[in-house]
Amino acid sequence: MNNKDLLNLIDITVSFEGFLALNKLNLNLKKGELRAVIGPNGAGKTTFLDVITGKVKPTNGEVIFKGKSLVGRKEHKIARLGVGRKFQSPRIFENLTVKENLEISVTTPKSPLNLINKTIKDEQLNEIDRLMKIVNLAQKVDSKAGSLSHGQKQWLEIAMLVGQKPDLMLVDEPVAGLTDEETDLTADLLKSLSGENTVVVIDHDMEFIRRLDSNVSVLNQGTVLCEGTMETIQKDKNVIDVYLGRPGD
Amino acid sequence: MSLSKIKFDKKIVLSFWIILIALIIAAPTILPVFRLNLLGRYLSLSIVALGVDLIWGYTGLLSLGQGIFFALGGYCAAMYLQITSSSEFPNNIPEFFALYGVEKLPFFWEPFRSPVFTFFAIWIIPALVAGLIGFLVFRNRIKGVYFSILTQASLLVFFNFFNGQQKLINGTNGLKTDVTQLFGQMVGSESMQRIFFWITAVLVIAAWFFAKWVVKGRFGNILIGIRDDEPRVRFTGYNPVIFKTIIFSIAGGLAGISGALYTVQSGIVSPQFMTVPFSIEMVIWVAVGGRGTLLGAILGAVFINYAKSLVSEALPASWMFIQGGLFILVVTALPEGVLGWIQGDGPRNLLQRFGLKRKIETYPSLEVNTKEGNNE
Repeated sequence: MNNKDLLNLIDITVSFEGFLALNKLNLNLKKGELRAVIGPNGAGKTTFLDVITGKVKPTNGEVIFKGKSLVGRKEHKIARLGVGRKFQSPRIFENLTVKENLEISVTTPKSPLNLINKTIKDEQLNEIDRLMKIVNLAQKVDSKAGSLSHGQKQWLEIAMLVGQKPDLMLVDEPVAGLTDEETDLTADLLKSLSGENTVVVIDHDMEFIRRLDSNVSVLNQGTVLCEGTMETIQKDKNVIDVYLGRPGD
Repeated sequence: MSLSKIKFDKKIVLSFWIILIALIIAAPTILPVFRLNLLGRYLSLSIVALGVDLIWGYTGLLSLGQGIFFALGGYCAAMYLQITSSSEFPNNIPEFFALYGVEKLPFFWEPFRSPVFTFFAIWIIPALVAGLIGFLVFRNRIKGVYFSILTQASLLVFFNFFNGQQKLINGTNGLKTDVTQLFGQMVGSESMQRIFFWITAVLVIAAWFFAKWVVKGRFGNILIGIRDDEPRVRFTGYNPVIFKTIIFSIAGGLAGISGALYTVQSGIVSPQFMTVPFSIEMVIWVAVGGRGTLLGAILGAVFINYAKSLVSEALPASWMFIQGGLFILVVTALPEGVLGWIQGDGPRNLLQRFGLKRKIETYPSLEVNTKEGNNE
């Protein structure tokens, strides 16, 4: 742990009635880093995000974000501290328009009084325009989000995540159900976000992870099995055993 | 294109309002006193329905306990009227106290000597009670059917309390208002009832605009967000507990105003306002009228209640069956309610079914070229 780290997970254990979803997991993230997290089903990838975002309280261990402990904080407080999350299946507000969805994400402060009293600030409107251009939804401003295609929904949610201006973006399977072309565009988008932002991407899709060209953490049975570049982990014997499969299989 | 998206001509909107205001002003001369009084009562019920629409239609909180706040508003109004009209009774306190040997006014009656206090109490007390109940429930993340059951249980608690407290608020007999005096006039008199009708009509319109203002813009969008995906709202940095408490409190305040207006026009407030079926009926008005439409709540409350009185006059025993049937019909055939159905694609689909309208083409480019596409 050093002070350049944005996030430290220290010995995180999560036990669901005896089942260890996470088992003494340690993970450190530097500011501006792009990190991919992979692992077989049931490795604890989603629980790992749940712990950071406050949805699940760890049985043991400590989550330090920007020098503050996140354990025991409410989800919305953690979000306000600067942790943003994109869910596995697109979770957008289908009955609201694309613009309204983005308004929800860019609005600050997120208090009822601010929302009911004041109109949205110009700079926030500009931000919405910028986001819609980035994710190619400028033509769909006033369409109901529910009418978008699957890929567009994924992108809208990524735009909402960016609009929140989080210091840490947690992205869960952003390319599930996307076409190859959309997958490539998403990889480029996420890469362009890192540097300024710290991004954690969880996915199964090895081609996509390779394209991210980042450090990779491999989870297995609730703990970090191996960390390093794609090349390193592909050569790691343990990883090959549990996840990648032996060559020639 | 659906009806809701049609931009009505300004002239049409203006003439609609002129006709509506003319009708409201003229209603007391057109309608016999009995009918006018009924209409006034049903209009006051539409205010509680607006509250139900805010919490249920927009925020997804199905409360089966709005009767609590409705009755609280009614009791506030009735206590003021009773106390100001009690000068000729023993000890200068409302008549019913003598029946139970009470000689001193219970302390919580005292502030109701003031008309100003009462004016605020009618909506602030129910709003505060709703806010408190809401906050405790929402903070513990109780939602869905558990929330509904909890609100119904609270309703029963309040019902039993009010029903049993003869010495405090006349228990099961309730408080009568029709023979009390307000500004030197009898509350039940024809001239007072006419004024109450107008006040009610104005307040319904005011409540409607207020509700529209609440759901307009980002605040309303968060409510819809909470209804559709509450965890997502949390992870975006909003605290749903506060939003839900506020809207539940607003609905409580509206229910209080509604209850007060209903009380002065029906002549009595009693624990009957807090029975389980009555609070469920409020939900039915909104379901039939159209959830999440606001106007649907008003129309649902007025029309169902009017139908109720007309049917009850003709076939006294059959109303409950009709109401039940109506609810089942709406739930199965028109889940969006009547207004929701009209505003959606309902009428178009019906016309299509009878071959009166051509089907929407699947390709947007073709759709534009058809006559229907241009006319809609």
